[in-house]
Amino acid sequence: DLSLPFAVGQCGNQVGCRFWDLALREHAAVNKKGIYDEALSSFFRNVDTRSGGDGPGIYKGKICSLKARALLIDMEEGVVNEILQGPLRDVFDSKQLITDVSGSGNNWAVGHKLYGYQYQENIVEKLRKTAEHCDCLQCFFIIHSMGGGTGSGLGTFVLNLLEDEFPEVYRFVTSVYPSGEDDVITSPYNSVLAMKELNEHADCVLPVENESLFDIVNKINQMVNSGKLLSTVKQNSLVTSSAGSVKTLQEKPFDAMNNIVANLLLNLTSSARFEGSLNMDLNEISMNLVPFPRLHYLVSSLTPLYTLADVNVPSRRLDQMFSDAFSRDHQLIQADPKHSLYLACALLVRGNVQVSDLRRNIERLKPSLHFVSWNQEGWKTGLCSVPPVGHSHSLLSLANNTCVKPTFIELKERFMKLYKKKAHLHHYLQIDGMEQSCFSEAVSSLSDLIEEYNELDATKGGPRTDPSRLKIAV
Amino acid sequence: MSIVTVQLGQCGNQIGHEVFHCLCSDIHGTHGLCSSKENQSYQDACKERFFWEEESGVPVARAVLVDMEPKVISQTLSMAARSGCWKYSHQSHFCQKQGSGNNWANGYSVHGPRHKESIMDLVQKEAEKCDRLGGFVTIMSVAGGTGSGLGAFVTQCLRDAFPASFILNHVIWPYGTGEVIVQNYNCVLTLSHLYRSADALLVHENDVTHKICSQLMNIKHISFRDVNQVIAHELGSVFQPSHTAEGGPDYARNPLGDLMETLVPHPEFKMLGLRNIPHIPENSLPYSTFSWPGLIRHLRQMLIANAQMEEGIDWQVRPPPPGSCPPSSHSTKKPLHFNTSIANLVILRGKDVHSVDLGSFQDPSLYTSWLSPQDALNAWRTPRAFNKYEKSASLVSNSQFLLKPLDSVVGKAWNMFASKAYIHQYTRFGIEEEDFLDSFTTLEQVISSYTTL
Repeated sequence: DLSLPFAVGQCGNQVGCRFWDLALREHAAVNKKGIYDEALSSFFRNVDTRSGGDGPGIYKGKICSLKARALLIDMEEGVVNEILQGPLRDVFDSKQLITDVSGSGNNWAVGHKLYGYQYQENIVEKLRKTAEHCDCLQCFFIIHSMGGGTGSGLGTFVLNLLEDEFPEVYRFVTSVYPSGEDDVITSPYNSVLAMKELNEHADCVLPVENESLFDIVNKINQMVNSGKLLSTVKQNSLVTSSAGSVKTLQEKPFDAMNNIVANLLLNLTSSARFEGSLNMDLNEISMNLVPFPRLHYLVSSLTPLYTLADVNVPSRRLDQMFSDAFSRDHQLIQADPKHSLYLACALLVRGNVQVSDLRRNIERLKPSLHFVSWNQEGWKTGLCSVPPVGHSHSLLSLANNTCVKPTFIELKERFMKLYKKKAHLHHYLQIDGMEQSCFSEAVSSLSDLIEEYNELDATKGGPRTDPSRLKIAV
Repeated sequence: MSIVTVQLGQCGNQIGHEVFHCLCSDIHGTHGLCSSKENQSYQDACKERFFWEEESGVPVARAVLVDMEPKVISQTLSMAARSGCWKYSHQSHFCQKQGSGNNWANGYSVHGPRHKESIMDLVQKEAEKCDRLGGFVTIMSVAGGTGSGLGAFVTQCLRDAFPASFILNHVIWPYGTGEVIVQNYNCVLTLSHLYRSADALLVHENDVTHKICSQLMNIKHISFRDVNQVIAHELGSVFQPSHTAEGGPDYARNPLGDLMETLVPHPEFKMLGLRNIPHIPENSLPYSTFSWPGLIRHLRQMLIANAQMEEGIDWQVRPPPPGSCPPSSHSTKKPLHFNTSIANLVILRGKDVHSVDLGSFQDPSLYTSWLSPQDALNAWRTPRAFNKYEKSASLVSNSQFLLKPLDSVVGKAWNMFASKAYIHQYTRFGIEEEDFLDSFTTLEQVISSYTTL
């Protein structure tokens, strides 16, 4: 079960960095003896540094030096350099990095067409090398933002490459969508151009909106600073916290938000890394949550956002966790799944939670949710025994729900505002390979997607004709 | 004769482990309520059937463990070894890394052919260790990708490689409110394929076992482990050594053969249901006593009224009076109150088994007319008590027990199929719409056959 994350662009690498940090912390908490085990091997290689850091992998026994299985790509050096000078410097080696100096100027075309073409060979070579070290590659992860140039453009270029080179391996993408007040003016262009690629080449997309992350961070800060709580909040349990950090205020503005996304990825992969009574692998997520190829956008929510210090967890609090998972406040995009239509839903529980707890809560919540007619009991469930650090249990919910529609509609509106006036188009069209048709095709692809969601909402997925059963001659 | 167990997928391996654990714990228990000679005989028969011995004296399960990801097998092997009283052989497992993704097509069309040689190699080795091979039992769930898809493929391979051996599929049906969203598709594909290769299918439904845990065993926070332990107990009650009617003083040598012979007179009818009573929380066992007439009365009514457990039985349901037409219904929508049987096997274990009157189970109105009532009912009576229960009664039934659940699964799968949801996930690995239609047709035929009993 191996996954290979690609962090592309500034946002992607910042989130990626948080992810590796938290993953190490999570494995350290469970793996007291320092043995290199199956769980670790899904994300890290074990290398003997005496042979120069790029030695053959050590498959058993004690941990020597852990190297993340990853590719870090950025067309500016700032973020990657920081990672290499920070506490994670030994986790990556130079052969996993692809960097340039001047950045993509927040221009999708520069990222996709210019750098894509320029770095194609380099990326493919590094990809093949990294994949060689994996026994059995199950899926690729791309972490990027949609609004800029590198993450958005080069990130989706990499997506295409992955499909060409390894068509059998699942492609999961975590995409950070810009908010309406994003200070990058051309972010709607970049996002819509990237959306077309996601529509056509991704198996599964987990959209995340900065606005939602921001709201969650504020909510947590209010809770922590308000002093209303009688018990203290466990610092390391904050879904926004950095490893080992004691401060509640983060140093950099996006750190807390990036931590949330990193936690999303940790929870998503937990069942593939740790044991449980009902495992849920990544390829199962794609299988169960994507009933039609293009409808592969999943709304995620993480609960709880923090844990209180008292250890005993009465049932009520457990049930509260399930209720919260469906509340609008906990979704990572601006959406309200409860008032839209579910095509499918997955619940991955971590910690000391049993199948009866899971069933009780599904029974309780089901009546208030609207499921499509051909999938009335469309629940996919997973139970992983190991909880996240600082928590006794946690829940990740992934929903294929028409509530993503507003996000896409708004994106299209912002795009059209610029496109009608042909604002900034020349920056794109001057890049080799870019034509106006790229834009019209991209917005057309987005419109088609929106239309599919509209149709579902209108029909509630109900059958046009009553599907009568096959008759057997007696 | 020995039975080789093939554990497939997470469910198959988790349950398989609980089964061997239950068997071992039963034979080492001191609650046999019989002479030490009888006890020794029981132990020896069980060991020969399910274990072989290595030099250290620790019994090794006659089992092949198969999974497409490593975590469960790894856990299963170490838990068994830790028990100290039995273990799995370290050479009897096959696993891969990437899993089947809950995709039946992936299990059947990709993993199956790819790993056929390695898996059948392991099976062959286990079969060769048996002095006399009595047949195979596979344990799998129908909901996922490995147990179901790869399990169906392996069953086919078993049939091809061992044409004369008995094959019983023990299948687990998932909770109705999803564990896996495509579970109904996987179930339809699995059952239709198993039907062609196996001699019989023995079914456990998670919803039923769960109810037993909550209402009878008083377990507050039911885990899969609890569910699996009940299933293991029920299987053990069937497969531990028994005396059959013709068997004489020795334990019957050919349990699978006997089972098939008594219960499956016609290849169109292979669905076997299992009921076992009583179920008591472990700490209440020493304080509970039951009477055989009471147990038999309950068991018979559970059969007639199609009850899932010994509580909440509908006592109003009665077999039709003699001389009237057998109740048949051509529409599956009509509620089937009375459960018609083709054949039944009652397995009694414990105190005073030989005095038990089973005449009520021979009532011809319970059965179709194909077999005489004497042939339709078989009884195995074993004085040696099972798993600390002073008296224990199991019913393996070829009847309409599973008709409603089967019809429900096929209905839901068909509903989803009509919208073509998820089909692209299967065609990606080579299972086409026609394959689905074939499977639906096979199962509608089975449903129709059981409906018109």
